[in-house]
Amino acid sequence: MATNNNYITELVDKHGRARTSLMPILQGVIEKNNFISDQDMTEIAMELDLSPAQVYGTATFYSFLETQPRGKYVIRVCKTITCDMHGKRTVVQTIEDMLKIKVGETSPNKKFTLLETNCLGWCHEGPAMLINEKPFSGLTPEKVHDIISEYMHK
Amino acid sequence: MKNTKKETEKKINLTIDGIEVCVDEGTTILDAARKLNIHIPTLCYHEDLCVAGNCRVCIVEQEKAKSLPASCATPASEGMVIHTNSMKVRLARKHIVELLLSEHHADCTKCYKNGICELQGLASQMLTGDHMFLDLVPDHNYTIDMFNTAIIKDDSRCIRCQRCVRTCEELQGVSALGVAYRGNHMKISTFFEHPLFEVVCTNCGQCVNRCPTGALIERNYIDQVWDAIYDPTKHVVVQTAPAVRIALGEALGMPPGKIVTGKMVTALKRLGFNAVLDTDFTADLTIIEEGNELLTRLKKALLDKDPNVSLPMFTSCSPGWIKFIEHTFPEFLGNLSTCKSPQQMFGALVKTYYAQKRKLDAKNIVSVSIMPCTAKKFEANRPEMRSSGYKDVDFVLTTRELGIMIKQAGLDFEALPEEHFDSLMGSSTGAAVIFGTTGGVMEAALRTVYEVVTGREIPFEGLNITPVRGTEGEVREASLKIEKVKPEWKFLEGVEVKCAVANGLAHAKKVMQDVKDGKANYHFIEIMACPGGCLGGGGQPIPTNKDIRTKRKQAIYEEDLGMPIRKSHENPEVQLIYKEFLGGPLGHKSHELLHTHYTPRKRY
Amino acid sequence: MSDTKLKRVDLIFGEYSNVKYKVLADTLKRTNEEILEDLLESGLRGRGGAGFPTAMKWKFTAQTPGEEKYVICNADEGEPGTFKDREILSRVPRKVFSGMAICGKVIGAKQGFIYLRGEYKFLLPELIKELDGYNEFAKSIGLDFPIGIRLGSGAYICGEESALFESMEGKRGEPRNKPPYPTTSGYLGKPTVINNVETFVNVLMIMRLGSTQFKLLGTSDSRGSKVFSVSGDTPIPGIYELELGMPLDRFVDEFGDGDTKAVQVGGASGFCVPRKKFKDTVIGFEGVPTGGSMMLFNSSRSMYNVLHNYLEFFEEESCGQCTPCRVGCQQLRKGIEAVKKSEKKSLYLDQLLKLSESMKLTAKCGLGQSVANSFSSIVNNFKEEMIY
Repeated sequence: MATNNNYITELVDKHGRARTSLMPILQGVIEKNNFISDQDMTEIAMELDLSPAQVYGTATFYSFLETQPRGKYVIRVCKTITCDMHGKRTVVQTIEDMLKIKVGETSPNKKFTLLETNCLGWCHEGPAMLINEKPFSGLTPEKVHDIISEYMHK
Repeated sequence: MKNTKKETEKKINLTIDGIEVCVDEGTTILDAARKLNIHIPTLCYHEDLCVAGNCRVCIVEQEKAKSLPASCATPASEGMVIHTNSMKVRLARKHIVELLLSEHHADCTKCYKNGICELQGLASQMLTGDHMFLDLVPDHNYTIDMFNTAIIKDDSRCIRCQRCVRTCEELQGVSALGVAYRGNHMKISTFFEHPLFEVVCTNCGQCVNRCPTGALIERNYIDQVWDAIYDPTKHVVVQTAPAVRIALGEALGMPPGKIVTGKMVTALKRLGFNAVLDTDFTADLTIIEEGNELLTRLKKALLDKDPNVSLPMFTSCSPGWIKFIEHTFPEFLGNLSTCKSPQQMFGALVKTYYAQKRKLDAKNIVSVSIMPCTAKKFEANRPEMRSSGYKDVDFVLTTRELGIMIKQAGLDFEALPEEHFDSLMGSSTGAAVIFGTTGGVMEAALRTVYEVVTGREIPFEGLNITPVRGTEGEVREASLKIEKVKPEWKFLEGVEVKCAVANGLAHAKKVMQDVKDGKANYHFIEIMACPGGCLGGGGQPIPTNKDIRTKRKQAIYEEDLGMPIRKSHENPEVQLIYKEFLGGPLGHKSHELLHTHYTPRKRY
Repeated sequence: MSDTKLKRVDLIFGEYSNVKYKVLADTLKRTNEEILEDLLESGLRGRGGAGFPTAMKWKFTAQTPGEEKYVICNADEGEPGTFKDREILSRVPRKVFSGMAICGKVIGAKQGFIYLRGEYKFLLPELIKELDGYNEFAKSIGLDFPIGIRLGSGAYICGEESALFESMEGKRGEPRNKPPYPTTSGYLGKPTVINNVETFVNVLMIMRLGSTQFKLLGTSDSRGSKVFSVSGDTPIPGIYELELGMPLDRFVDEFGDGDTKAVQVGGASGFCVPRKKFKDTVIGFEGVPTGGSMMLFNSSRSMYNVLHNYLEFFEEESCGQCTPCRVGCQQLRKGIEAVKKSEKKSLYLDQLLKLSESMKLTAKCGLGQSVANSFSSIVNNFKEEMIY
């Protein structure tokens, strides 16, 4: 079956057409686009002989397999207990002020999406966040300010 | 796991509620208890489906175990001591039902399933008067999909047991419904939450048959039909499908497998329909048209060596199957018989032939059909189904809806006398009756085709072509050698006609894949979308399971045997309509009224 | 009060050989029976939290007939307060691979996988480099046991072993019914050993030191040492390898900030121990077990907020398939809110405690069953904080 998106074909060729390849393929799409579109899912479903609803079901199960358009940089601030205790709120506030978006939103220039997420595994150095896959810990409003500024100029 | 019987069974001894029981290894606690007539309540469990073990209503207490295992998902083990109704179990089970209720939009009196809802049944059993927990319904942004002409999906009534998802996947191989999101947001969803009418849903209604609550129901047209009946300017004609007469009794308190043809006719007359006619008539007509179509295709392939002829030919009576192939194998639409389903042939003829004969203005005719099927509702609404110049079938009711109407009218169904269908499109044959079961269309077609070609009755004892009598859960194959043909069919001499029969779309998919891969060289394939064929249709009475369907099937063959005429081409009214109205099979008028075309659809 | 510090152990992170994969190569020369015997003797129990005896798990899987078997390293470390596996995988990955390879030999598996949580994707480049080294080494000695990596994508529940298999199979991470257990039907329905990252390292260290020396650490019920992830109100948060079986009061003396009012042992799914019970609480399988998470809270913290945070966590991270967990978590969270806001009487907490007990008894998997741990231990010990 012909596909319109070369990257789907590439991913499928790379990982194979068994269902066990579904996660790596979806993760590959995320790496490229930061979200998985309905078009992508339909094509993946065709390639793997699954129903699109099954692919959708798998994708929506996982927090990182976004199905809505996201910015180039997805910021995920940890909201679990120790990060929360050590100042998550001020970190989020700083980011919101800088990017003029609220949690859950994407900046109009499609550069940033701000999200909260569950435990990132940096409880000893909270608050922590991920920008795409890169972790940042020991955050203070000042530190966050510097990090986000740097990304804004990227 | 489905109940698969192994050859060498080990036996397991256990004690349930103080009673010792010996069962085969692999038997679940639930089934072991049933053996003792101990009824453990269930919700997500369904005999037709793989075990999910997710509602947890069927938990029991197992001595020396830390937790309460789900009896549907836990195999019995040697020496197990089980209590199905201990203090611990009672409280935990009540908690679970209360939790389900707290997420459930329990406005029961507004619900179509009021009175037959399984959750409601449990709630009433457990006396859940004062709700223990907080109402979570306002926290959820539930959606109700009312855009479909056949099925309504109301998430606010969903208890997430996933019976529908398993049905759609395991029985039908469609997976239009899936589980999406997780945790508190987990829901039963189509692809990207599109409305059902936009996705691969075939409207087969198997999910509706198995939904324990009112989350998946048929769109009912009961009030519209009553309105038509009470409108003095309308002539309301009703047709009844073959599989309705062997299942309607179940909707009215009778045991499965009862033939209620005569009572059904009486009931319909008493409800006020102006004419009570039979879809069997057009089933016979379908056989003539489809049989001739098959012969024409065979002639083109074998005699004319036409490379463009599409074989194998697929039957086209099952609208769920039609939508399935349109979505999933659109490259094979040319292989579908162009014959409309009997329902739609009937609709087209009622507003033309019948109107003419009865001297009625077609615009005043309201054509109603009673079907074992929810997909028929969608079919009647297809834009191409207006060959009479009007909507050929105005309203499609399921067997269940007819059951409701009969109850509404206060009829004591079992006590009704038995009447006959009205004439003109009311006569039937055994061949038409078996349209209601898997293999039936094939058998009916062979009875006629063989005789047309050879001039002799098909050489099976009592006309019972048992090799094509399909069973659930398998694809049946049969071949028939044609010998000593009439001169005009010389090209068929010695030809072995290869047939296949499949029921349930998961099996249809397998057959299609084989055809696609060139692994199968059939001439003719019968496919019915539902398990067991129409008798297991999505519009049939609830509950359904293999035993019930087997009884319905026996009733259908019994009805066939009891019919004075067993072959479609011998139906006198069919002969009459060709003489008076249609001309010959596949003629101009047939093409106009009895044949159709198909539409490729998106695959999600 | 004790004035000596808790003994530090250096089993997990310590150097173990100058020659690459020496212990592995040596162990591969031993018989499966010898290896299992050693493991059994060591008393090693799984380090993921549940504490199943490792030798038994391996033995059962070895005994299950089948050509195709798998070894899976569970690196889906998602329990709040735990971050040790990240540290182990970045500092001593070869020990992990070696432990897996030994398991592969014992059970007869030809393939190993590491399931790494998506949050740790940044570890991937280094890990793949190390893994390439391992796979090359395995090839060079004719060991038919390649190890691959699979990545999670942000779902705590995939740390539950059967959910992890589902995830690897490309499905929603929904726990399966048990039985069957992974030892007979795991990844792709094949016999599978799935162990925590730390467990595999422990195996290797037992192979290197012998079970006798390993048994010198810990107590009779809790052999060996454990990597603890210490966080919360502590001046010295971080990773510490300590002996199992320590009393909680000594732990608090050393790691607390002098004002510790509670310690959450074992993460959000573990138990909250209040100050008055520190003295009588032992950290280990005989007392309060933990996958390593130790979160300290001082008296400035509201235990209502702590519990609320956990419940929100579970509400989102529940797979959602089974009723008690999906709906129960929502009810518990909403329920404590209602009590706090006086919309419900404080007696409603008793109702919720009963509900949490039912969740423990009836949930399909460990997640739903363990919500009651933190719920009941926090509500029972800090009832006033829930109400006022």
